[in-house]
Amino acid sequence: MTTRPVRTAVAAAVLMLGAAACSSSGGGDPLAAKTTAGAGGSGKTVVVGSANFPENVLLASIYSQALQAKGVKVEEKFNIGSREVLYGQLQSGALTVLPEYNGALLGYLDAKSTATGKDAVNTELAAKLPAGLGILDSAAAEDKDSLTVTQDTADRLGLKSIADLTGKAQDLVVGGPPEFKSRREQQFKDVYGLTFKEWKPTADTTANALKDGTVQVGNVFTTDPKIVQLKLVSLSDPKNLFSSQNVTPLVNKAGLDATGTAALNAVSAKLDTAGLTALMKRVAVDKEDPSAVAKDWLKSNALN
Amino acid sequence: MNWLDWLNTFFTDPAHRSGPDSILNRVLEHLAFSAEALALAVLLAVPLGLLIGYTGRGLFLVTALTGVARALPTLGLVTLAVLLAGVGDTAVLLPLTALAAPPLLVAAAEGVRGTDPDVRDAARGIGLTHPQTLFQVCVPSALPTLLAGARTAAVQVIATATVAAYVGLGGLGRYVIDGLATRDFPTTVGGALLVVLLAVAVQLLFALLIRSASPRAARTVHTDEPAGSPALSKDSI
Amino acid sequence: MLDGEPLVRWHWLGDHLGYLAGLTGDHAVIALVPVLIGLLLAVPLGLACTRFPRLYQPLAAVFNVVYALPSLAVFVVLIPYTGLATRETVMVPLTCYALAVLLPTTVDGLRAVPEPVRQAATAMGYGPWHRLAAVELPAAVPYLIAGLRVAAVSSISLAAVGALVGRGGLGYLFVDGFQRTFPTPILAGIVLVALLALVCDLLLVAARRLLAPWAAEVAR
Repeated sequence: MTTRPVRTAVAAAVLMLGAAACSSSGGGDPLAAKTTAGAGGSGKTVVVGSANFPENVLLASIYSQALQAKGVKVEEKFNIGSREVLYGQLQSGALTVLPEYNGALLGYLDAKSTATGKDAVNTELAAKLPAGLGILDSAAAEDKDSLTVTQDTADRLGLKSIADLTGKAQDLVVGGPPEFKSRREQQFKDVYGLTFKEWKPTADTTANALKDGTVQVGNVFTTDPKIVQLKLVSLSDPKNLFSSQNVTPLVNKAGLDATGTAALNAVSAKLDTAGLTALMKRVAVDKEDPSAVAKDWLKSNALN
Repeated sequence: MNWLDWLNTFFTDPAHRSGPDSILNRVLEHLAFSAEALALAVLLAVPLGLLIGYTGRGLFLVTALTGVARALPTLGLVTLAVLLAGVGDTAVLLPLTALAAPPLLVAAAEGVRGTDPDVRDAARGIGLTHPQTLFQVCVPSALPTLLAGARTAAVQVIATATVAAYVGLGGLGRYVIDGLATRDFPTTVGGALLVVLLAVAVQLLFALLIRSASPRAARTVHTDEPAGSPALSKDSI
Repeated sequence: MLDGEPLVRWHWLGDHLGYLAGLTGDHAVIALVPVLIGLLLAVPLGLACTRFPRLYQPLAAVFNVVYALPSLAVFVVLIPYTGLATRETVMVPLTCYALAVLLPTTVDGLRAVPEPVRQAATAMGYGPWHRLAAVELPAAVPYLIAGLRVAAVSSISLAAVGALVGRGGLGYLFVDGFQRTFPTPILAGIVLVALLALVCDLLLVAARRLLAPWAAEVAR
């Protein structure tokens, strides 16, 4: 009888050890708590976040590595949610830097804004952002939202621009990320007078959903390599519903010093649309790691 | 904003009254996925489980299959199925079936195996064939166990079917995922509440079924059992 | 839908061994620490339930409802309290799920001691604590381990959903693979999650053999 408690205790200890061994086997934290001490890092840790789509992860990776190259301590929190989710995190200081698209961000802050063009958008943005947040220099690189259709649909309905959808939209199902409807439904009504038959949240499969006919119109980013791969056609946007979408760092100003600011502005100075599209092909088509692609780009632009 | 306000906002939203995003439509979609997956799992797992339980052969198979199937992550299966088969019901049906099958398989095998051996011998003794013994003696006595397995399967499927929304399908997960994407808490909380209500309703339904399937004597024995303890998965064979 | 993308890019697996190991470790912590905490909570709660049987029915009912909560919704609702993309956001709900599984098995286990044995222990001069440590808990071990097996495996599978709120260990492979139409990481993730669950299950079976060699299997 007396041996049983002893045996119990021993085995309990074995169990605990097993669990502890399991828990430490991974060594570090691959995703959330990647803290990298830079060479001359002295300031606070800068938390770089990204939204939940591959291009934003790539851009965040470029930012992160550019900062680290200048000795800034960085923690990466990538692929964690939509703008609606991340914006609050930036305001609270849980995130310091976020790769943004200036027009989309302005649309989020003020759905009625009519500003188009990089400078007009950025001027208005600077005025509308709360005191703690700021934008740095915009890159030439643009990744616009678009309404995209298959070549077949474009030929059949004679579509070249979003305005050509007038009188046809009510028969078409439109797809996009889950937040697309609440962001844009009213704008399509107001700007183009369009009411679609149905809004389907096709998430990351929008381009494929177009191809297989689940939706006839889709919200696809213009740098998405699938546009070329699947022979899709992005409709032009004569009334600028989707405003200027330059890649722009959105920052919590208290969290970033002059070194960090300079590092991110140096990235923006070199990043253009053709370059970004080429990088995106490597990530989305060739399945290279965003961090490796980011590293190559920084190296070829002497920013590493 | 407190929780009651959230729920009020959710239930009074006109978009949730009619059309594709209406509560009725989402509940029906959710029930449709779940019922299809459960039916498919019953068709696959129950005959196999009955056979294994009756013959006593292949019990190791039950352990191995259920262990592996239980460990498969639904999110992984759903995303893979969409990449392979495209967005559609198949993509969510197969993973949910894989989720529902193990408890059913175990319950069928255990239930039949748990039939009183004396009763079985007596049935054979009075000249019943093996199929007759299985269906007229073992299955009725296994029914409460089988229904308990079905209850576990149904609750798991209903709770997990929310993941379908991530890959663009409907159901109550739509509210949860769309609410997350637009930082709209009322929608997420409302969707979650509906899932729980659905799961509880299904549990109550099964509790009634189990009661009516149990022989009178067994009922009194089982009264102090908690109303459907979640561990129900009889994992330990 | 794959458009020429192969089902598995084998070289990707070879190039990412360290990455996959890191994710597996992260996953193990996120999934299994809640099970341990659940166990630590289930034992005192289970004891309370056996001492005060009226407590059990309502508690069991509450945990039944908890068990039916969709994990993703709970993660989302917790974000304001525990932060986005933090371990806590995922681990707090997983602890509740583990407790929901472990409480009934603990109670069953503690009730498994026949009354005469309990009385014999008292007659031998065991106080309540001594009896608990020497008689009741050892007798409950096979039940506890049966419960732990269910809790650990489902926790490992559920933790992956945390990837949708930025912290899901191996679940990241599903999100990444889905976003890039890239089945290789998804397959790797499925296999690694299943392997992790299998290893835990085998460890628990081994622990039962060591701890409770008298109990073959608890057939409940």
